[in-house]
Amino acid sequence: MQNQAAFEISALQPALPPQQAVTLKVNGQEKTIKLAPWVSLLDALREYLQLTGTKKGCDHGQCGACTVLVNGKRINSCLTLAIMEEGNEIITIEGLAKGDELHPLQTAFIEHDAYQCGYCTPGQICSAVGLLAEGKAKTTADIKELMSGNICRCGAYTNIVSAIEEVIQKGGQAHE
Amino acid sequence: MNSFTYTRATTLETAVQDKASAELAKFIAGGTNLTDLMKVNVEGPNHLIDIRQLALKDITDNADGGLRLGALATNADTAYHEQVAKRYPLLAKAILAGASAQLRNMATNGGNILQRTRCYYFYDTATACNKREPGSGCAALSGFNRIHAILGASEHCIAVHPSDMAIALAALEANVNVTGQQGNRTIPFSDFHRLPGDAPHLDNTLQPDEIITSIDLPAKGFAQHHAYLKLRDRESYAFALVSVAAGLEMDGDTITEARIALGGVAHKPWRNREAEDLLTGKSATEENFKLAAAEIMREAKGYEHNSFKIELGKRAIMRALEQAVKMSNKPDSHFHRTSTEPV
Repeated sequence: MQNQAAFEISALQPALPPQQAVTLKVNGQEKTIKLAPWVSLLDALREYLQLTGTKKGCDHGQCGACTVLVNGKRINSCLTLAIMEEGNEIITIEGLAKGDELHPLQTAFIEHDAYQCGYCTPGQICSAVGLLAEGKAKTTADIKELMSGNICRCGAYTNIVSAIEEVIQKGGQAHE
Repeated sequence: MNSFTYTRATTLETAVQDKASAELAKFIAGGTNLTDLMKVNVEGPNHLIDIRQLALKDITDNADGGLRLGALATNADTAYHEQVAKRYPLLAKAILAGASAQLRNMATNGGNILQRTRCYYFYDTATACNKREPGSGCAALSGFNRIHAILGASEHCIAVHPSDMAIALAALEANVNVTGQQGNRTIPFSDFHRLPGDAPHLDNTLQPDEIITSIDLPAKGFAQHHAYLKLRDRESYAFALVSVAAGLEMDGDTITEARIALGGVAHKPWRNREAEDLLTGKSATEENFKLAAAEIMREAKGYEHNSFKIELGKRAIMRALEQAVKMSNKPDSHFHRTSTEPV
């Protein structure tokens, strides 16, 4: 019976995409994993590299919970394939602190109570890191507009904006 | 998502050959729309050709005084490019009115104008959609069609094109440069997207073996008098119900040239040359703007849930034209409104 089952499974194999070795550089460390081309960067981070700080919200680029930084720019990790990001520098929420020293935005989010359930927070913070690096947010209205790709269902927006505003006022993008 | 293979193209030639040799192959760059459509089984390529390594990212001056936007320049890099912001602020504003910062960092210029409709029925494989499955019918015709077309639609499809960038490119009369197995060709922007007719599965006139290499902006950028007005259900990160890209050339109070392109109302960026001609040589008055708006909407047809777009569209056109005129720093602007209420 066991052989029979093994045969049936192997007969199904051609329908599955072949796995390929992909080397991802995440938070400064290179890791090689075997995955199918259809694995999103988000799923690779969470399911293959056990970096579960990056969250899966909508999986369609509408909520921003999966935001990470690729080559310093914020993107939706659910809408890119892991295999496409080979060779790029990927930073996730786990890579922002320097040892025990939090990123200024992480500190500001705590001080401003910029979350309730916390599910959107890693995406909010990574998005805000990208916003600081872009240097386009000059006003509170700019912050709101340029953070609109991150949804917070708890509605912590007021404190999220305050946290980001404080970091900008203190000189922006320290800690890179 | 269905199974597929993946390669990275290193030259334009191999990318085109690779695509032509596999019938169900697709190019991928930003991936923001294609990946999503693959997840919901609307797109099912068996082979993906990653073109992001190709040297098509630059934004450079053209000899005619215009600007060439590389097909692989991201929407963010394009909108914030010094020359685009300075000479083509209408385009920069339209790009920044679309999507989110994350998506603009991923999405490319070529991909932006190739993105597909966000019609609910196109996305829902349980319903009829001639664009997704030719011959299956159009569920939107008698369905929830609040976001759908009021101009240029057919009995086969009432989907709208979702791009903001494309609306500005239509107003600016950009040209799309493509290359394929037959060589290079240039497609005027007004001929790039198409109306649905009886073949709504074809969004545009790009051939299967062709790839967009760049988009050329003519020298005239309407930097002095322009507006991109986008009306939507929420203030940010939503598709347009109606959007208007307006560009004016003015001589004092007189309009010497007018461009008006509408988004959210048709299968392609909508322009009406007769309406634009109505404004040429005329004063920038509310009355003249009203005549142009009426002409643009003359053949508009609403469905059960979207008839509001006809009046909304007229008011949006008038307001965009007013905004385009008011950009002038002249204190004695001759355009006067009697009310401060939104149009």
